[in-house]
Amino acid sequence: MMGYLSVSLQPRAVNVDLQTDATLQVDISDALSERDKVKFTVHTKSTLPNFKQSEFSVVRQHEEFIWLHDSFVENEDYAGYIIPPAPPRPDFDASREKLQKLGEGEGSMTKEEFTKMKQELEAEYLAIFKKTVAMHEVFLCRVAAHPVLRKDLNFHVFLEYNQDLSVRGKNKKEKLEDFFKNVVKSADGVLVAGVKDVDDFFEHEKTFLLEYHNRVKDASAKSDRMIRSHKSTHTTALLRILLHHYAYYCTTTAPLRILLFFLKVSELFEKTRKIEARVAADEDLKLADLLKYYLRESQAAKDLLYRRGRALVDYENANKALDKARAKNRDVLQAETSQQLCCHKFEKISESAKQELIDFKTRRVAAFRKNLVELAELELKHAKGNLQLLQSCLSVLKGDT
Amino acid sequence: MADTARDPPPEQTDFQELEDGEDLFPEPAAAPEQSGPASLPAEDVSTNSNGPKQDSLFDDDPEDLFAEATEEVSLDSPERDVLLSDGPSPAITPITPPTSVITPRIGHAHDDMFTHSSFDEIEEEEGGDSFDIHIAVSDPEKVGDGMNAYMAYKVTTKTSLSVFKQGEFSVKRRFSDFLGLHSKLASKYLHVGYIVPPAPEKSIVGMTKVKVGKEDQSSNEFVEKRRSALERYLMRTVKHPVLLKDPDVLQFLESSELPRAVSTQALSSAGLLRMVNKAADAVNKMTIKMNESDAWFEEKQQQFENLDIQLRKLHASVESLVCHRKELSVNTALFAKSAAMLGNSEDHTALSRALSQLAEVEEKIDQLHQDQANADFYLFSELLGDYVRLITAVKGVFDHRMKTWQKWQDSQMLLQKKREAEAKLQFTNKPDKLQQAKDEIKELEGKVQQGERDFEQISKTIRKEVSRFEKERVKDFKSVIIKYLESLVQTQQQLIKYWEAFLPEAKAIS
Repeated sequence: MMGYLSVSLQPRAVNVDLQTDATLQVDISDALSERDKVKFTVHTKSTLPNFKQSEFSVVRQHEEFIWLHDSFVENEDYAGYIIPPAPPRPDFDASREKLQKLGEGEGSMTKEEFTKMKQELEAEYLAIFKKTVAMHEVFLCRVAAHPVLRKDLNFHVFLEYNQDLSVRGKNKKEKLEDFFKNVVKSADGVLVAGVKDVDDFFEHEKTFLLEYHNRVKDASAKSDRMIRSHKSTHTTALLRILLHHYAYYCTTTAPLRILLFFLKVSELFEKTRKIEARVAADEDLKLADLLKYYLRESQAAKDLLYRRGRALVDYENANKALDKARAKNRDVLQAETSQQLCCHKFEKISESAKQELIDFKTRRVAAFRKNLVELAELELKHAKGNLQLLQSCLSVLKGDT
Repeated sequence: MADTARDPPPEQTDFQELEDGEDLFPEPAAAPEQSGPASLPAEDVSTNSNGPKQDSLFDDDPEDLFAEATEEVSLDSPERDVLLSDGPSPAITPITPPTSVITPRIGHAHDDMFTHSSFDEIEEEEGGDSFDIHIAVSDPEKVGDGMNAYMAYKVTTKTSLSVFKQGEFSVKRRFSDFLGLHSKLASKYLHVGYIVPPAPEKSIVGMTKVKVGKEDQSSNEFVEKRRSALERYLMRTVKHPVLLKDPDVLQFLESSELPRAVSTQALSSAGLLRMVNKAADAVNKMTIKMNESDAWFEEKQQQFENLDIQLRKLHASVESLVCHRKELSVNTALFAKSAAMLGNSEDHTALSRALSQLAEVEEKIDQLHQDQANADFYLFSELLGDYVRLITAVKGVFDHRMKTWQKWQDSQMLLQKKREAEAKLQFTNKPDKLQQAKDEIKELEGKVQQGERDFEQISKTIRKEVSRFEKERVKDFKSVIIKYLESLVQTQQQLIKYWEAFLPEAKAIS
């Protein structure tokens, strides 16, 4: 049913408050949804000398974004930064399934019902589509705004190289390797986290992030559930009640006034239902998406702390090894070099990590503020709209009676 | 790659663009639909003999048309219009109501009331939608202890109708009193075609809880539901112009002492007898094959069958609606708690406070959802239940008509047989037997005539009752829908209050 879908978009920073910098501006100007993949048109405007042109576009797919993200993670030089979280995979399966089911059941419902449902499902599909575009865009914008990551060579290739990057998704073996890597990492993470940090700032951050991440996870799940039940409530059922009654009246030769009454009421509920759908959609965008994003960001921050913790442990181990070597007076030079490397690595990470975590807090507070304000404003707008519809309908109905 | 902008249709615009102040819904005009009537098919309008009324259809005049009015039109429609229109209707010559209606408050009063003219007079006195009697059932009080305990309700009547001795008075009644009233009215009026409103249902389980003294949520709800049902029952009863004047009704409302209605007990011999009679009736109904000469009745019976099915379906829909809303309420409460936890762990003070405020708002909204679910349930579910029972009463009245017809037919057949027998007797030489036969025939002829009159009377009464019923039904549903809309208005107003309080907190985050 949905062969492909293309949407024109304006740049937006959904959940992140980013300074737009004239030296490098990145956005996704167009997107195409084909049967099993989404093609993003990444558009760059830059005054940097690194690029051949000042403005250009390329087409990228999701796997290429992941490749870029992973290249950051694996780069030791970036160990001291919060790597912007990778965008989640575009997932239209549920939506596509619903549309397919609708197509199959076309014969069993009236034309009007069918068109209405089709519109609703298409709107849902479109909303998911826009969301995935936004998340991919935010990832690129974060990278472009980061003083160090924006200079990354892979990033420039990603932006400029107008051929396919020939990045394939991971095969089964690689996925399995990843899985084990993660298991090892989380076990190690627990060990590392257990080591008390001398630095108060980092000790506080560690405790804070651990708790915060868990709570955001819970809030994200609960907000999803709440919004899902919001979508399925109420006026649809009541609408059906009234339409039944109305239909009954149409089959009898009922007085005109009665027909009009029910007509007005069912029209009212049709309108309020649309508003309710928007309320759910706005809550989804401003609340649920916000929480989901910070779930991923707080994980990235935790990863940074883990890397620093790892470096600290390595440093302390290197110190112990050096003491041992000095005591035994064997391989001292080796131990000294090793210790110096560890020290250097640790200090480098610590320095940038501190700033990264402070920036993270600033970004987080700004994003929450923006979204909470917008959420409240939208809720107010919809409630007022609903109220106005209800009151005007009531005055008409009461005037008639 | 195509850089062309392809804008999605406005309905599906990016939701964030809403912030630009775009209004995707034009504000509804004050009365947009009233231009509609002109385009509606004229078939909906009955070919009424009242010419001028037909023209006023296309004005904004609040006129009702009764498509069902057929041969009754010339006699009754003027009175009906007085009942229906809420303002002076130019097409109708106003009828001056009689200054008083003398109601004989004696035993066989109903004979008088069944004559056509007095019924019209009674209708005239009601006049318009301002029905001048209001009954409230309140202050449920438990009297007594243990299994003999019962609930006493205060019944307060406020009226300016002359048929009552005072303008405002109250009495204490118990549930069985209501049932007793209904059973008296049913025995007097059902078999002549009046739709007597059914009393609220007995509930052995519910009542036992109350008797035993369980003071919990469910028994409070039960008492409240019952109180409300009793009030609706009384109001429906007095809205009926004939029932209102019935001495039993008046006695019920006015006299401080009422003889205990014993035969209404669920597990009494009278109760069992009633059940047996009901079963017998059902069997009888199946064997009566009536020769329906009047298409109106056939059509109406079919409609009521349909309506019955409809209402039961709607009842089920309301239940699912209430379920959904309760689920939403639960999920909102869970989210509120989660948001509070998140606020606690947030180390930026202003944001932490804002998140806690958000949690509070969501908690309040959860309460709103719950209250709304209750409103949905009470308003609609109870109404639908009432109507399912009322339809049963309506069907009963149609059955009585069939029985009346059967009686008439039976006497006719008997008369025929007697006539044949008399003819035979003419050829025998038995003068006293002949005389006896002639006497019997005369008696039977009277009976047949009476049977025909009864049948015509009940048919006429039913027509009136049905149109009254349909009017009442519409009024009831309309008033419930309006109440429901008002409850929705309140919900939205509360929502606005909550979010308006929250907004400055969100803006205060720095």
